[in-house]
Amino acid sequence: MKILLAKPGLDGHDVGVKVLAHALKEAGHEVVYTGLRKSIEDIVARAKKENPAVIGLSILSGTHQILCEKMNEEMKKSSLQIPWIVGGNIPAEDVSSLEKSGAKKAFATGTTIETVVGYIKDLKGRI
Amino acid sequence: MEKKTTDKKKACTEQSRSEEIKKVFLESGFEVKPVYTFKDAYGKNLNTEEELPGQYPFTRGIHPLMYRKRPFTIRQYAGFASPEETNERFQFLIKNGQTGLNVAFDLSTQCGLDSDDSRALGEVGRVGMAIDTLEDFEIAFKGIDLDKITVSMTINGSAIVLMAMYFALAEKRGYDLKNLRGTAQNDILKEFIGRGTWIFPVDKSVKLVVDTIEYCAKHVPKYSPVSVCGYHIRESGANPVQEMAYAFCIAKAYSDETMKRGIDIDEFASRLSYNFDIYGNLFEQIAKFRAGRRLWAKIMREEYHAKKDESCWLRMIAGGGGAGLTKEQPENNIVRTAYYALVSALSGTQTMALCTYDEAFTIPTEKAAEIALRTMQIMMHEVGVCDTVDPLGGSYYIETLTNQFENAICESMKEVDKWGGIINAVATGKIQEAVSYQAYEREKATQEGKILKVGVNCYRKEEEKHSVEFHPYNVEAAKKQVEKLKKKRAERNNDEMKKLLDAVREDAKKNNNLMPSIISAVKEYATVGEIIGVLKEVYGEYNEPIFF
Repeated sequence: MKILLAKPGLDGHDVGVKVLAHALKEAGHEVVYTGLRKSIEDIVARAKKENPAVIGLSILSGTHQILCEKMNEEMKKSSLQIPWIVGGNIPAEDVSSLEKSGAKKAFATGTTIETVVGYIKDLKGRI
Repeated sequence: MEKKTTDKKKACTEQSRSEEIKKVFLESGFEVKPVYTFKDAYGKNLNTEEELPGQYPFTRGIHPLMYRKRPFTIRQYAGFASPEETNERFQFLIKNGQTGLNVAFDLSTQCGLDSDDSRALGEVGRVGMAIDTLEDFEIAFKGIDLDKITVSMTINGSAIVLMAMYFALAEKRGYDLKNLRGTAQNDILKEFIGRGTWIFPVDKSVKLVVDTIEYCAKHVPKYSPVSVCGYHIRESGANPVQEMAYAFCIAKAYSDETMKRGIDIDEFASRLSYNFDIYGNLFEQIAKFRAGRRLWAKIMREEYHAKKDESCWLRMIAGGGGAGLTKEQPENNIVRTAYYALVSALSGTQTMALCTYDEAFTIPTEKAAEIALRTMQIMMHEVGVCDTVDPLGGSYYIETLTNQFENAICESMKEVDKWGGIINAVATGKIQEAVSYQAYEREKATQEGKILKVGVNCYRKEEEKHSVEFHPYNVEAAKKQVEKLKKKRAERNNDEMKKLLDAVREDAKKNNNLMPSIISAVKEYATVGEIIGVLKEVYGEYNEPIFF
């Protein structure tokens, strides 16, 4: 599977997203990583170009709600049918509101790599 | 007598051999022996010259009496919402015995964007205080005597602007810049490795740092313009040896560039400082700092021919170790940070700051900040860490590790030279690639239970309920900040402003030192975003190489 990993907003914490990138690569996926500080528009445009099977957003500065709402809006506008997921520093109590905002899945802080890699593997069967 | 000692040693060694003992390796790669002896620490040479604190190469500390004369400065990291709210937190910390300030800025300020920039949406005042103009600094430091409380600013990409604002504020309030103390983090090279608040291409970014070093050497001689951060490099996945090695390479790069401008090493080296990480094996960290002090002194004296002892001092802030803290059972972090504080004191730090127990979730609540402050105070006053200098000096284990560290840091620095020097290694993503893979390996080892983390992969509580409160985001403060900025932009002299910003642009084009024209602009309330915007026009922006 081709996976697009992205860092929206101004947050510079990229250890987690790179750890996940390594893990997904080891699990046999093709990983495209945007690098830091991309706007949601940049990310959607990149998705259009790369046509990944899934998009992963990594957000640790606390702006996940605002950015996910924006992502939902831009994805609708683009009419791309790509599921997107979000992780980072996400309090467990925010998970359901992020999933209501269009995230196929939101992973709370403390989620293991195995869980995320497993989820993406299962997703393959459903998309 | 001698025979008896030999017998004892033999017995001890035999006992170790007879049992199947597990091999232990430190993160830095050194194998740990179950017992260390005089021979390990000092070799066969009995004439080993005794090292003393306050004497070159300063392994045991940069001052002869260290905390016996003056304990470490407590400088808890703080800043959130608007300058008004931050000023309240500053006052609270000072009232409770904090002796220095460590200012946190929000991400828009750190990335050089104004609070009303669309890219700053949701970030204004979130992870630190929002600063747009000098007016915000006037509010944030209201009622704080800049002579008595030294201010450290965690600012990098836009550091030259925030430093200019701080100097402008000091001048406006009547302080003599010749006596002004304080520190700016201003270590842009590490931002490319971890933390990520870079703005300009690598070479231009370094030029700005050197501008501040040059300006301070000439006009603000007691101010520390750069705090080189091994800390974030380690947080990004580097081991303790690499943390020190890369930080030293970075400090050398800034020094080399400064000397190219005809400034003597002794005019600025004593004002370079460091920020290091603490988490991990206690003994390993202590040895790391002792070796670091010795090696840095040797580099300055032998390679750079620094004459002044102060130029050879490794001065540091240490105590934090965010990567060691956990989201699970967050109260356990109070215990972890107390150990980190102890490591930091036993390592002879100049300044201490701890991560708070709630930092795996968000920025600290007042309660969490108070607990961190009390942790350091309990250690300072109740358990005797200030009584004698380098209390672990002479420990066979610590001395052995100190020597091992010194050699290993040298080797790691040589490797950077092979990569074409630190500036090249950063620009090409070589270091980022190396440390991010190590971060992955470490995370994997933790998840596989090879590295034990209490509450995470052992002694875990399922269905954990949080009993801690978290710092909320202040939306109203962000709105007010934007209103204040718009009002300031409207009421200042905008014809004059255009000229001042043109002067900054001209200086950038001519490759002049930018500090004087930026100070002039901020005095008339130029915004952070305007000045950084002008510099982006001339320098362009950094294009991140993608490595993982």
